[in-house]
Amino acid sequence: MRMPLAIAISVASLLAALPARAGTERTISIATEGASPPWDGTDSDGKLYGYDVDVGLELCYRIKIKCTFVAQDWDGIIPALLVGKYDVIMSGMAITEKRKQQIAFSSPYASGYNQFVVRKELGLDAGDTKEKVNLSRVGDSEKATIERLRSTLSGKAIGVLRSSNSEAVVKQLLGDVVTIRSYDSLDNLKLDLTAGRVDGGLADYFTWRDFLEAPGGSVAVFFGPELNGGLWGPGVGAGMRKDDSELLTKFNAALDAATKDGTIKALSLKWFKTDISPALPK
Amino acid sequence: MNFGLMFDALRVLPSGIGLTLTLTVLSLTAGFLLSVPLAFARAFGRPSVSYAVLAYTYVIRGTPMLVQLFLLYYGLSQIDAVRASVFWVILKDPLWCALFTFSLNSAAHTTEILCRGLQSVPTGIIEAAKALGLKRLQIARLVTFPIAFRISLPAYGNEVVGMIKGSSLASTVTLLELTGMARQMVSATFAPYEVFIVAGAIYLALTTLAVKATQFLERRLSNENTPKQRRKARLRPTLPDHEITTLVP
Repeated sequence: MRMPLAIAISVASLLAALPARAGTERTISIATEGASPPWDGTDSDGKLYGYDVDVGLELCYRIKIKCTFVAQDWDGIIPALLVGKYDVIMSGMAITEKRKQQIAFSSPYASGYNQFVVRKELGLDAGDTKEKVNLSRVGDSEKATIERLRSTLSGKAIGVLRSSNSEAVVKQLLGDVVTIRSYDSLDNLKLDLTAGRVDGGLADYFTWRDFLEAPGGSVAVFFGPELNGGLWGPGVGAGMRKDDSELLTKFNAALDAATKDGTIKALSLKWFKTDISPALPK
Repeated sequence: MNFGLMFDALRVLPSGIGLTLTLTVLSLTAGFLLSVPLAFARAFGRPSVSYAVLAYTYVIRGTPMLVQLFLLYYGLSQIDAVRASVFWVILKDPLWCALFTFSLNSAAHTTEILCRGLQSVPTGIIEAAKALGLKRLQIARLVTFPIAFRISLPAYGNEVVGMIKGSSLASTVTLLELTGMARQMVSATFAPYEVFIVAGAIYLALTTLAVKATQFLERRLSNENTPKQRRKARLRPTLPDHEITTLVP
């Protein structure tokens, strides 16, 4: 009799440990990289913060569900969502066609852009760093700008975040003329940029802006135009599993309301000091 | 499970095998060359020397290789003096950082392995060599080391396998060896399952080769089993008394 009892107890305790999915209140967990401030960062206590976290908590508050944020390395962030380690990705993730084949996206909650930085000591001509180039609409002037990027950066080592759109863009635009170095995290890329192991990098503009103002970032400057569109897609969205359409609908409704009443804009101003909230639907 | 993707992986990943093998072979070679004098110092040196070597192997073996690699690669590069020094030419390059870390590791492990081998060489044999008038270096080269190496070979085989697997850490410092190629492919396909299964299978094939090679070497080096002696043994009836067998020329 002892063994069956022991088994019954362990089964019961296992069942008790399972999340109560049948309950009225569903608890969801949201993954973020936690290494790309101001989008998402990790403070010295290991607590996650940033625009992604604030928008996520705001949306959960509006949907009235309990949310917890978890940190997840970038290169495994989509596979882990697919196997159900968490329910949502909010990590400055751009909505792209390729990702859409795997996961569903909410409507955009930000429309960011990207830029190269290079080490100052190289003395490269940065060109017009306020020029805006949308890679989805490449005309003659854009072609000339890209050609100038190619010739100036030729032979340089360019660091990118592994599995990021920036990696794909560098491969597409400069793959045959530069050495691409892919990093596990932007923090490591920044360390190597400071150390001079890479000559430059391509990533989200705001991440660079914070870095360039920090002590280690004084070695680098912005280079070339502000880039968006193309492989970066229409903006940054929250990723969910495709079969989780109920959650997606709720997220979109909350996001729509939060955009309309200016909450998203306020959060954007708080973290980016500029308004990159998505355009209001007309 | 997507089999088409696994075939793709089989086509893409082998381009990383070259770097994996380069890292493994160079680190094992450097580690071995370093470990031979260290093992002698550790086994037969004066206590101060022996403890100094122990301190080195203790620290290296007691800390994760990943931590050492990060310390060397990301840690040292934080110090301005290091970046200004002549060593920066080497430390700047991720390949050299990985090779340096792996070699130091392999040297530490191999030192302890060889040291055990050296200590288990029967003192009688060394005394006999002394009695024959061999000098210390001759004894080490002709007697102690060959015997110790033979004793250590199975343990060293594990070290070889460990280094093949350990070389995957190089992917954390942007090197595109087997694991690096796999991670890159996962980032493009979002299919870690298929890609890492193929990568694992390739590692398994490599380690199997290494195990077979060590076993072959073990057979070749073992006294009783040279082909010539095996032929002799077949022709000659085993005598019941061991003492007498040794007298037969």
